Amino acid sequence: MEPAAQNPEVIKPATVEHLSPSQLFWRRLRRQRIATIGAIILGILYVMALFAGFIAPYSFEPQDRQRFFHSPTWVQFRDGKLVVPRYVKKEGTFKYEASPTDHQPLRFFVRGDKYKWLGLVPSNLHLFGTADRVNYPVYLLGTDQYGRDIFSRLLYGSQISLSIGLIGIALSFSFGMLIGGMAGYFGGWSDNLIMRVSELLMSIPGLYLIMALRMTFPPKLSSAQVYLLIVIILSFVRWAASARVIRGMALSIRERQFVLAARSLGQSNLNVITKHVLPNTFSYVIVAATLSIPYYILGEVVLSFLNVGIQEPDASWGIMLNAAGNPDYLQNYPWLLAPGVAIFITVLAFNFLGDGLRDAVDAKA
Amino acid sequence: MWTFTLKRIIHLIPILLGVSLLTFLLMALTPGDYLTTLRQNPQISPETVDALRARFGLDKPWYIQYVYWLKNALMGDLGYSFAYKTSTTNLILGRLWNTFLLSFGATLIAWSIAVPLGVWAAVKKNSMVDRFCGLLAFVGLSIPEVLLALLALMFAYATGWFPVGGAQSPMYDLMTTFEQFRNRIHHLILPMLVLGASELAGIMRQMRSNLLDTLRAEYVTSARAKGLSEGWVVYKHALRNAINPLLTIFGYSLAGLLSGAFIVENIMAWPGLGRLTMEAFFSKDTNLVVASIVMATTLLVIGNFIADLLLAWSDPRIRLR
Repeated sequence: MEPAAQNPEVIKPATVEHLSPSQLFWRRLRRQRIATIGAIILGILYVMALFAGFIAPYSFEPQDRQRFFHSPTWVQFRDGKLVVPRYVKKEGTFKYEASPTDHQPLRFFVRGDKYKWLGLVPSNLHLFGTADRVNYPVYLLGTDQYGRDIFSRLLYGSQISLSIGLIGIALSFSFGMLIGGMAGYFGGWSDNLIMRVSELLMSIPGLYLIMALRMTFPPKLSSAQVYLLIVIILSFVRWAASARVIRGMALSIRERQFVLAARSLGQSNLNVITKHVLPNTFSYVIVAATLSIPYYILGEVVLSFLNVGIQEPDASWGIMLNAAGNPDYLQNYPWLLAPGVAIFITVLAFNFLGDGLRDAVDAKA
Repeated sequence: MWTFTLKRIIHLIPILLGVSLLTFLLMALTPGDYLTTLRQNPQISPETVDALRARFGLDKPWYIQYVYWLKNALMGDLGYSFAYKTSTTNLILGRLWNTFLLSFGATLIAWSIAVPLGVWAAVKKNSMVDRFCGLLAFVGLSIPEVLLALLALMFAYATGWFPVGGAQSPMYDLMTTFEQFRNRIHHLILPMLVLGASELAGIMRQMRSNLLDTLRAEYVTSARAKGLSEGWVVYKHALRNAINPLLTIFGYSLAGLLSGAFIVENIMAWPGLGRLTMEAFFSKDTNLVVASIVMATTLLVIGNFIADLLLAWSDPRIRLR
């Protein structure tokens, strides 16, 4: 008897599976467990940022003047219900103690501070809260030096941090791809000029250049203006690195036969660059872009931390961390570091995803 | 080797010229200067301010100012600091030395930990050690320097083991030489550790993947085939070749190192160039800003130059170009 007959899997004819490069890419990406984890974390973070007004129990501005430096509220589970204890302030200090008996149930879908969802739809519905907002506040991560809810501010701040990276890579990579692609494709003096300029930009230590650029604008600007300014400055400093790599790739791609074919068919130079040369750099661009998002997030954090970015009372992770820079606050109210943890988780998730993408793109791995 | 060195030095000149021109242009675009704040002071007459403006050449267009500045800079004078009322050269040299100490110490710490860890992880691929190092690398790459510095400050306050802020104690001038030395090291340790820790992860990952690549090379297989011990194969054959690309990384990492030092200096109050730049920024001391940026760039360019030399020294193929 043939041994293969006993084992039907062996005689199954070997079929060639036809998969497009992108199908192969998705298949490899799904196999990267760490990338999946990163993507899931990011998904949750982005949804939270999108619905910040709804999830946050308060707005980012209102100050609770009775409760500066309130410690994080411990939501307890009693009699089958989630309850919020009443916190009593010790006289003359910023220490608060939970009362063992006095508490109120935590409610879901309550009415509270007004906000505009996506800046358009006005609403005052919040995911959770208590009926008596004055005496039983829910400060999941405590309050800051002005008595503002840190958890709510964290959510509002995430809108800045999570969007700044996306806008930043869109700007710097579209610029870098166009410039780098043209430099590599045409060569000659334009190539030389572009490479010298990028060399110049890259030889100034990043933050020094960013500060010099920031200094050429007035120090006090509205938060919306500063946001735009920061994205533009950070992208301006960053485009050179990607342009150099893409130039190198374009240099070799332009020698390929399909480029010659496109040119001999009479396509314009711009068409050849955008339709034939640049798409071949996409695998590099996707990975490099994902891995450079943290640079934008951290750039905003550092500038706001150093008081030249987003201004109070608006919420951003950098300006929130600024409070923790005060030694006295840092020692006594460690929950002020919460935005730092949020930055860490976000950057970690992007690194997970970027790393997985790199392995998925690299067919050798 | 000498022609290579000479070529690299000549390459530095246009970069430094370009950087100083660029910063000068940026500062010229800055709204207001130190004298604008003086003008708001009712005690100082407008005539005095105008006289000062003429004395410092601030009434001339920026390119004329640049030519003057360049002429002085070539003779070692980087301009006058309005806020500190002294020459920026003296001011910067002390700060530059502090930044150099901080960055150098951090590099030393990062490399002396990262390289052995990376080698260990690569040799024991897919073991517990490797996984742990992988996790450590992810955490190290993702933890922002701002947070790390704040945590270090918290640690210093809680334990009282390390002084917070400054490069020396107030009683520094009364100490003996040995005490002075110890005092400076004591102040340096914490900022150095923070900066080093943030550098560590990248180098470790690179070391691991480089060594893994070389271990796959055919000469390693043939070294094993001829019966060399595993230790000899790894340390004598593979490691030497795996270190070379790392020297390139060293050159690239310097820019990040200086930016990191900028953050650490500002949070942990280490009196370096980054902190000086921020102070100058807030007092609108444009001369000082230009001088600090040019000096920071010089530090970076010289660092890259040294990295190039190291690479050329360790890899003869590069010298020939």
